[in-house]
Amino acid sequence: MTTSQVSQARIERVTTRRVKRRYAHNGAALLFLAPWLVGLLFLTLGPMLVSLYISFTDYSILAAPSWVGLDNYTTMFTSDKLFTQSLKVTFTYVAVSVPVKLIFALLVALLLNKGIRGLGIYRTVYYIPTLLGGSVAIAMLWRKMLGGDGLLNSVLAMVGIKAPDWVANPKYALYSIVLLSVWQFGSSMIIFLAGLKQIPPEYDEASAVDGAGPLRRFFYITLPILSPVIFFNLVMQLITSFQSFTQAFVISNGSGGPVNSTLMYSLYLYKKGFSFFQMGYASAMAWVLVILIGVFTLLVFRSSKLWVHYEDGGKS
Amino acid sequence: MIGQRNSTAWVVSKHVLISGIAFVMLYPILWMLGSSFKPGHMIFTETWFWPQEWNWQNYMNGWSGIQGNPFSRFLTNSVVLSLGAVLGNVISCSMAAYAFARLNFRFKAICFGLMLMTIMLPHHVTLIPQYILFNHLEWVNTYLPLVVPKWLATDAFFIFLMVQFFRGLPKELDEAATIDGCGPVKIYTQIIIPLAFPALVTTMIFTFLWTWDDFFSQLIYLSDVSKYTVPLGLRLFLDSSSQSDWGPTFAMSVLSLVPCFIVFIVCQKYFVEGIATSGLKG
Repeated sequence: MTTSQVSQARIERVTTRRVKRRYAHNGAALLFLAPWLVGLLFLTLGPMLVSLYISFTDYSILAAPSWVGLDNYTTMFTSDKLFTQSLKVTFTYVAVSVPVKLIFALLVALLLNKGIRGLGIYRTVYYIPTLLGGSVAIAMLWRKMLGGDGLLNSVLAMVGIKAPDWVANPKYALYSIVLLSVWQFGSSMIIFLAGLKQIPPEYDEASAVDGAGPLRRFFYITLPILSPVIFFNLVMQLITSFQSFTQAFVISNGSGGPVNSTLMYSLYLYKKGFSFFQMGYASAMAWVLVILIGVFTLLVFRSSKLWVHYEDGGKS
Repeated sequence: MIGQRNSTAWVVSKHVLISGIAFVMLYPILWMLGSSFKPGHMIFTETWFWPQEWNWQNYMNGWSGIQGNPFSRFLTNSVVLSLGAVLGNVISCSMAAYAFARLNFRFKAICFGLMLMTIMLPHHVTLIPQYILFNHLEWVNTYLPLVVPKWLATDAFFIFLMVQFFRGLPKELDEAATIDGCGPVKIYTQIIIPLAFPALVTTMIFTFLWTWDDFFSQLIYLSDVSKYTVPLGLRLFLDSSSQSDWGPTFAMSVLSLVPCFIVFIVCQKYFVEGIATSGLKG
């Protein structure tokens, strides 16, 4: 055996050992991943393919699906006024509720950040609406509270303002749901608080010594350092807001009314699929939602290069 | 902080502001709580939450239920459903997370990528085919469509959360155990699971809350009133309530929130940590 043959053999031995170690746990991994794999195939990937197929058909569950090509998609964008309405409602809801909620969460987090006694109690209190917010009970409460003779109007009446029935008025109904969403700023606030806690106080002190006022310090120090957290909160809130359902359903009693002013995208999709049994159309709507959320998330990710600052220059 | 911002006036006004906001935020809930003890005709005439006299009649009326189904049935159904979901999620997600965090296997990168993708996917896409599938299996109007997916780790978010946590545990533990002759199953049950308590509790808390409040799936899959859960039962109250009948509805709403409160108070420490570190939406 020449030296090169020896080294060749050694290399082979080492690589097989490496490969073996690399895949050392194939059997065990299969065991541990089995439930997830079954779920992935039968409840996620499989259904995704089926959903894509159904979206090109007319399907009522009772009869076999019949192929209609792009009909569902073209109907959506050309002749379905309710679809356009549901898009409008959802965009308005997202565009108003997400920024207002995040700004409010940030302001409260800033208030709580420094030298407050009883932080734990305040944090708990501010989180309670978020904790309960997704429930039917709270949506119901909201509907009653903002109704014509509800709590809000009784309070307004005490100071002599005669207010409309907020929930039944198409001009305001959606904003009553926005208010409900903003009221639940708790989890964003907790994430902001955690982010604020990680800013070294020396930064603030140094710039204060240099003569920067509180506003300047906020915009030039706190905000840039906090930008990754803002980014994270923004993405999370965007994704969940696009999918809101329960609140609009309960407040409008399942109708999306008054005059479709609260017909959120998910609500309309539900009505199409499970009230009218137009499963093909509903599936097409689901794919449009995926694309919408995808595009928005991508835009936020792209824009993040301009406003999100990472301490290490964004390498990690 | 520097200079005059530490003055007593600043501290006091800050506290006043913070507790003021807190009071306004909590007021709707206090009002609901108070209203649940008020006679029906007082609910919409009184703005102050404190009832002038306490009566339990609303609770008795609400508890006796609706359409021949006592409220206790809705509660029991919700408890059974939530426990099934919590167990399923903790077991199946921790298993998958263990494989991703600690084992070496073929196609790991692809699998991990797929798992991350499913986190971002809106559930609407799989909703209708899943419904069709469960309909074929004749599982509609049972709890199976609501529980089985949790046993198959479909809430991938929790897998991701646990992967992050498991990766933080020292690798030497696994190595030492392997030398002692432990296989992956033993390492998972004897080492990882006991050490991962905080991550498991976070998963349990949020699975419980989300299942308890998950109106959408329950609305789609359950149709017999006797199988209704708390959210569906409440909606039944809402539909049948006449103007004077709001007391029992509010009373049962309050009851429906009690389990969430208990979980919150018992697990408060994990709760805040869980949200702050993982970004879980509450």
